[in-house]
Amino acid sequence: MTLLSAESLAKRYAGGGVTALDGVSLHLSAGETLGLAGASGSGKSTLARVLTRLVEPDVGSIRFAGEDWLALSGAPLRRRRAKMQMVFQDVLGAFNPRATVASVLEDPLRIHGIVPKGERARAVAALLDRVGLPAAYAGRSIRAVSGGERQRIAIARAIATHPALIVLDEAVSALDVSVREKILELLVTLQEERGIAYLFVSHDLSVLAAVAHRIAIMEAGRIVETGPTARVIADPQSPAARALVRAVPRLVIA
Amino acid sequence: MTALCEIRGLSVTYRGEAAPALGGIDLDIHAGERLAIIGESGSGKSTFARALAGLLPEGARVAGHMRWTAGSSPQPGRDLGFVFQDPTASLNPVLTVGEQVGEGARRHLGLSWKAAHSLAVEMLEKVRLPDPERTAKAFPHQLSGGQRQRVAIAAALACGPGMLVADEATSALDMVVQAEIVALLGDLVGAAGMTLLFITHDIALASGFADRVAIFRKGALVEAGPTRAVLAAPEAAYTKTLIASHRDLATPPLIRAVAPLIRAVAP
Amino acid sequence: MRTMRRLLATPEGATGFAVLALLVLVALLAPVLSPGDPLRIAGRALTAPFSDPAFPLGTDRLGRDVLAGLIHGACTSLAVGLAAAAAALAFGLCVGLAAGFAGGRVDEALMRVVDAFQIVPGFLLALAFVSVVGPSVPVVVLAIALGAWADPARLTRAEVLSVRERDYVAAARVAGMHPAEIAFREILPNVLPPVLALSAIIVAAAILTEAALSFLGLGDPNTVTWGSMIAEGRNVLRSSPWLSIFPGIALVVTVVGVYLLGEGLTRALSGRREEA
Repeated sequence: MTLLSAESLAKRYAGGGVTALDGVSLHLSAGETLGLAGASGSGKSTLARVLTRLVEPDVGSIRFAGEDWLALSGAPLRRRRAKMQMVFQDVLGAFNPRATVASVLEDPLRIHGIVPKGERARAVAALLDRVGLPAAYAGRSIRAVSGGERQRIAIARAIATHPALIVLDEAVSALDVSVREKILELLVTLQEERGIAYLFVSHDLSVLAAVAHRIAIMEAGRIVETGPTARVIADPQSPAARALVRAVPRLVIA
Repeated sequence: MTALCEIRGLSVTYRGEAAPALGGIDLDIHAGERLAIIGESGSGKSTFARALAGLLPEGARVAGHMRWTAGSSPQPGRDLGFVFQDPTASLNPVLTVGEQVGEGARRHLGLSWKAAHSLAVEMLEKVRLPDPERTAKAFPHQLSGGQRQRVAIAAALACGPGMLVADEATSALDMVVQAEIVALLGDLVGAAGMTLLFITHDIALASGFADRVAIFRKGALVEAGPTRAVLAAPEAAYTKTLIASHRDLATPPLIRAVAPLIRAVAP
Repeated sequence: MRTMRRLLATPEGATGFAVLALLVLVALLAPVLSPGDPLRIAGRALTAPFSDPAFPLGTDRLGRDVLAGLIHGACTSLAVGLAAAAAALAFGLCVGLAAGFAGGRVDEALMRVVDAFQIVPGFLLALAFVSVVGPSVPVVVLAIALGAWADPARLTRAEVLSVRERDYVAAARVAGMHPAEIAFREILPNVLPPVLALSAIIVAAAILTEAALSFLGLGDPNTVTWGSMIAEGRNVLRSSPWLSIFPGIALVVTVVGVYLLGEGLTRALSGRREEA
């Protein structure tokens, strides 16, 4: 079942200067992870922002969960946003510096009426537990929490509204290697439990090799190659894909 | 290999902090070698680099000593080049690239404006930037991240220092550019016979070109030695963990099924 | 509040707070400390200070008590200064928020208005306004605010433009938060600190502007203010300089106190922001 399909998305920035997206089409099935790989400036972050309606495309269409996604606006759009959430790269900047862990997790619960007011504290505790954090964290200021833990809270925030799709924009790039692995495991487990689809943007193919079912390679605002992860990595066709494969550092022991 | 610097019992505590950022480091740096300092965040690797280069902030307390065979500490800019992690922050946005690359040469080598400019263009060519004459007149914001880091490297090497310290110089760049910058560093350092101190969190990246590695953890030196030896037969448990948690394209994926699992999604 | 504690931990913050607390106390207790109308003729004219225990700071040309004038003047000066600053900040914040949020032509239009108000020196604007409308306390407050709102507006707009691009604002949008809620819960609280730090300077300037207007005879003639006292003392400056010096000292102490408080506030808030 196709959850998300985008057709010929294009986006040009300020005064026709930079072409960020140049006719991008893709599709994503329910419960699937599509990895979006590319070098800086390939347009992958722009695509993530266009799909989440943070930025409007110049042309193109998007169908999400059976609806014309771009036609929505105002209150109906805000309601439907529960189904498509996002996790950002910058673990510091992704949270209001004045927020507490509880307020971060309560916001989506409150906005979409997931649970009645009296149950919110319990729902927050349940979310924290699901991402492997102690319930006592709820009262903490968001700044009193480490980078890896903040990303777990970001994931908890994303799953609070029972989304069908989560867009992850370089969500593990800023984390230490050991922490990265745990976050990826968490994401995969959540996907198996809840059937959430992921659109995983990353410049690091090794991360995508770990979690993506399919990979799309972007270059200069276009998708230049798509296919099952194992195939794209073992036998990359496009120069962009080959450069990305070559760029992954290998542990040279012998 | 002759020792360039002998470090004994080096400890650094920042102003206003109770716990030391670095505690009792004993390490030798050999002339002409490529030494990779590997550690996660909070390991003290950046503090170590800055202590070596004399770039610690005001009020930082330093204990222990660093004995340089040359006699005195290397002068930043002339004897020691430093490349920072974020090329956007390490370059002055209001000066042209050429001015910044030539700045060090003017100060340390006493070159005239014209001579410094020619040197700058020459350095930009060495770091493989296209059209060096035009690039010298550009401002940092007009260049991409990878290009900016090349400029930073050119600036660090302008005076022909004997040692280059690269503090997570590739961590803010994407993978493809990272590979290019690492290759560039390797070539430049090799051609000039310089000593390279490469700070990174990526053990695989280091394994590709470092002669020796030193593993840092929470301000302490865990293990150090020739790269092959340490990676093939790590002694410390932490080193083993680092090697085990490294993930590359050959590591088996975390996802179980190849095809997506189709589940009913709650409306 | 943590900020309060940090504020009082800095020497500037503590001193400024102490000075201003004292002044506010004096102003609030004015009817108790010095009962009766300060403008009434209390004793012999031009009594020297420290000579007559009934009039510790002396009397002016008409025999009015200088100390009573200082105490009641504190009330007016502080009230006018604070009210004008509050009005300027509130209005500046609103305009800055609107411009930063709306963007495009609304932003351009609003910024041209801000430009216009910034080009005219604040004091001259206040002067002109009071001259035209007539001197009374509300008019003086409005006049000072008119000259002072442009700076906070510009600063607020700059902060909004910066905060708007942060990931947490994007996260709030993706979460489906209503734009009004985003403005007031995500953006406004994070825009406030630098504007609040500016507030100290605005209060200090407002107090001085009020004093200057009173000095020129454009203050409310029915109230006593430090500015009007200085103006009064101008006529006998050679023979009885204390008539101008005492209110002058009061002004300096107040303004320095406000400034120190502002410095302490900036330090307390900037340390906090660095953590974020």
